[in-house]
Amino acid sequence: MDETAAAVEILSAEKVYPNGTRALASVDLSVRQGEFVTLLGPSGCGKSTLLRMVAGLLPPSEGRILLWRKPVSHIELSGHRLGFVFQEATLMPWASVLRNVRLPLDLAGVPRAQSEPRVRAALAMVGLEGFAGSLPRELSGGMQMRVSIARSLVTEPTLLLMDEPFGALDEITRNRLDSDLLQLWQARGLTVIFVTHSIFEAVYLSNRVVVMAARPGRIVQDLSINEPYPRDPDFRVSQRFALHAKTLQDCLLSASTAGEEGALA
Amino acid sequence: MRAPVQRVAYPILVAIVLLALWQGLVTAFKVPHYLVPSPARVASTLVEDAALLFGALFNTLQITLLSFLAAVGVGILVAAAFVQSRIIETALFPYAVLLQVTPIVAIAPLVIIWVKDPTASLVICATLVALFPIISNTTLGLRSVNPGLLAYFRLQRATRMQTLFRLRVPSALPYFFGGLRISSGLALIGAVVAEFVAGTGGTGTGLAYQILQAGYQLNIPRMFASLLLITLAGVALFSLMSLLSRWALGSWHESETAHDEA
Repeated sequence: MDETAAAVEILSAEKVYPNGTRALASVDLSVRQGEFVTLLGPSGCGKSTLLRMVAGLLPPSEGRILLWRKPVSHIELSGHRLGFVFQEATLMPWASVLRNVRLPLDLAGVPRAQSEPRVRAALAMVGLEGFAGSLPRELSGGMQMRVSIARSLVTEPTLLLMDEPFGALDEITRNRLDSDLLQLWQARGLTVIFVTHSIFEAVYLSNRVVVMAARPGRIVQDLSINEPYPRDPDFRVSQRFALHAKTLQDCLLSASTAGEEGALA
Repeated sequence: MRAPVQRVAYPILVAIVLLALWQGLVTAFKVPHYLVPSPARVASTLVEDAALLFGALFNTLQITLLSFLAAVGVGILVAAAFVQSRIIETALFPYAVLLQVTPIVAIAPLVIIWVKDPTASLVICATLVALFPIISNTTLGLRSVNPGLLAYFRLQRATRMQTLFRLRVPSALPYFFGGLRISSGLALIGAVVAEFVAGTGGTGTGLAYQILQAGYQLNIPRMFASLLLITLAGVALFSLMSLLSRWALGSWHESETAHDEA
């Protein structure tokens, strides 16, 4: 597979809701295979909307979105699979961790004999081997999120879409999950589109940060974070990290003031 | 609530105090038993008339259970139809409410005239009383699905049936069991009320009939004994539904897990 092949192409996609709200102005974005791209912006900038459109959960009002040159409804023709991780863990509270992770395989009609080892492997990837029989309410928020990630990994996706997955967690847990996510991304050669409003999370994780602004939702900058992987926790407190963070912060600030001037004019 | 022992002990303590007070007042003021019988008198009547009263209890319970099962069956079907489309719900929900607000005492004579079989007519009346909580709670439950999970099911291209059985039905269970608790009591009330209305035209064997007969004969202790049996049957039904609910939801739902944490 060509490393530089475009995995996701967003071609002049726009979202206008029936009530006239323009959630997203025309957006063009291309994500290469194997990239870790973060959508960064304040709430209301349409980053989640954009991600949901890529997943096919929302149809774009205008424009097209292609995954490996296929519309999302026909992604299986490209031999690729999509995983989605929501802001909340969205687990079935009545089902054990094992059954929660097995859900996408059950829905696809995979026989138990085949699904069971895959579920065990996915749980091992997120470090929850010993918790297959637990119920979601018996786990901490961070562990529930790990289950949710295992559920998305069990289908062996090549594209992982993550909508502020660690936003509700404390900083220490979030940092650890960020590191684990990077390992998974590298080990499995995933393509990841990650939505966050945290500058630090964006710098730590990404190859590329796409900065977005609100009213209407749009892309204002597309910045590369040229830092080698693996990135260890020391990177978080390095000078280079701070420089990247400053660039992103300036970018967000100028975008928001420009937006307000526009609104006042 | 703290320990389970206290959950049982406190209400029993209240019952003992009230019964003692009742017995004391009746004895002290020499109240004649055809006005207010003493608890001891009610108890002895219960033993003396056991064959009659427990036979009547059995008949009333039979009507209650039949109508409760009918209400659950019909209620689930109606709720399932309601959640299939908003149009069906909008068109039919007002009539479900109509059914709920019309007093059963007003319809029962009609049903009893129309339906020849006395048992069937009583079951129909009691079902009408018990039906609404099942419909409304189950409908609410089937709609109360976590939107994130629903989006996930859509993302995984789950079929309508998969979404119904793997997501909507389990999500609805807590609401459904709430409906069961209300409805089981209503089925008993419906059975008793319908039997009252039917009077001698009914099956003539249930507890309500015994109360009517005892009233004509001024056999007040037997009235009290019948009343006691109805009340105990209601409490037993409610407890049974609570147990069922705890057995089904105990491990995961907040309404039941709260018991062992609080």
